Amino acid sequence: MEYLNIIFQEVYKILFLLVPVLVSVAMIVWLDRRIWAFVQKRQGPNVVGPFGLLQSLADALKYIFKEIIIPSSSNKVIFILAPIVTMTLALIAWAVIPFNETQVLANINVGILYLFAVSSLGVYGIIMGGWASNSKYPFLGAIRSAAQMVSYEVSIGIIIINVLLCVGSLNLNDIVLAQQSLWFVIPLFPMFVIFFISALAETNRPPFDLPEAEAELVAGYQTEYSGMMYAMFWLGEYANILLMCALGSILFLGGWLSPIDFYPFDLIPGAVWLIFKIIFLFILFALVKAIVPRYRYDQLMRLGWKIFLPLSLTWVVLTASYLFYFNLLPIN
Amino acid sequence: MAHAIFFYIFSTIAIISAIMVTASKNTVHSVFFLILDFISISCLFIMIGAEFLGMIMLIVYVGAVAVLFLFVVMMLNVAQQKNQWFLSSQSSSHIPIGLIISTIIFFELIIVIGGWKYKPELFEKINSTSSSEGISNTHSLGQILYTDYIHVFQISGMILLVAMIGAIVLTFRQREGVKKQDYIKQISRERSEGVEVLEVQSNKGVQIDD
Repeated sequence: MEYLNIIFQEVYKILFLLVPVLVSVAMIVWLDRRIWAFVQKRQGPNVVGPFGLLQSLADALKYIFKEIIIPSSSNKVIFILAPIVTMTLALIAWAVIPFNETQVLANINVGILYLFAVSSLGVYGIIMGGWASNSKYPFLGAIRSAAQMVSYEVSIGIIIINVLLCVGSLNLNDIVLAQQSLWFVIPLFPMFVIFFISALAETNRPPFDLPEAEAELVAGYQTEYSGMMYAMFWLGEYANILLMCALGSILFLGGWLSPIDFYPFDLIPGAVWLIFKIIFLFILFALVKAIVPRYRYDQLMRLGWKIFLPLSLTWVVLTASYLFYFNLLPIN
Repeated sequence: MAHAIFFYIFSTIAIISAIMVTASKNTVHSVFFLILDFISISCLFIMIGAEFLGMIMLIVYVGAVAVLFLFVVMMLNVAQQKNQWFLSSQSSSHIPIGLIISTIIFFELIIVIGGWKYKPELFEKINSTSSSEGISNTHSLGQILYTDYIHVFQISGMILLVAMIGAIVLTFRQREGVKKQDYIKQISRERSEGVEVLEVQSNKGVQIDD
């Protein structure tokens, strides 16, 4: 009986986290399309609901009622598993995101490693989908994305090491609390820029959306997918983007800390600040999509391995020497 | 109780998927079972409290090594990916070598685990750091790795680096006649080198020198 009670409590907590995440994914898709449209002097989705807010719901409804087509020459088990893997990985990562000092589903010691591990597993959904389709375009897209995500993970990992040097803990709450006096975006600003660009590449967003470059590869790994399975890829992708925005705001923008910490403003809960920061980073993501043309593949690899990796490694040495020299290393 | 249930779930999955790695006919399926095996092993690591090792296992093996495995295996022709392990006479000649290697690994494991069990003073250093309260797994690992074992740690890093350089040297070949983009040259190009503004007179045209 008490086991059942514990399970019900946990399920309640998980639902309380996941339902807002899924709803906000739908909203963020709308925001993305609106920003994209405004930059190009179009209206964007503005018909369904007020300001077109319900457009994503309408789209989701359409996807649900569409037929799911499974190619006869595909590897069926892996073909069906691929969108499930993408979606699951995008959602389980939210378990460790702290919305407040206490509001976190799982306050684990190695939170940042968990996030990094889950985001590095994200490539499997794409590879599985691309291979199981047994078709040229998805396969090429999958291979491109595997190489791309593995390359940019390296620089993200080293940027995380930079932040961890200043914090001295792998716990996400400790990382946020270490920024109480100064957000890491100020001392580590170059790393923030590199993190943002690497996050674009990691989530296959433009200008690094080579795995699904429509001019070359139709839709990349998603070509053979239809109906709800396509929608799951899509939801997983946007949940991943939100996750990267959350990671960026925790690592560099002070997470749930308030920028204006005096009387009338400190009544605003920390979760609201975190959401504001996530939306701010997402608007940057959307603007980049509208402004920048797509990279060529060799340029992408060159940027990852020859520029970002040496730069972030050098910055690790710099940060470590600075902290060591001025005796600021967080040793506990 | 719950701990034991989860332990048996994860270890069963680990053993079954390890068997399936060798038994499954499709090579890509083998790699996916290998990934499943890695994941369940890292769950077991987390269950015994070694959360850092578990996460590193996920990041390094599942997130990077297995991706490259998959990368290579997927490039093979799908039609030829029928693994005739038990049927063909050719591949069964590999069985003795495999048996020898697995016996060696088995005895190595017996030596390590037996030493842990019957000569605990050999492992006193490790036990004394990991059992102290209030220090997380990651901290105690770092304290051992970067103090007592720093030379071994550095040497293992050097071995990996040498292996990497060796692989690059072996596969590197300078191809002739490949046009490469020179970014510095492109960026440092001046306007005067590329564009010339000419006065074009009517009915006369311009002489462009070849």
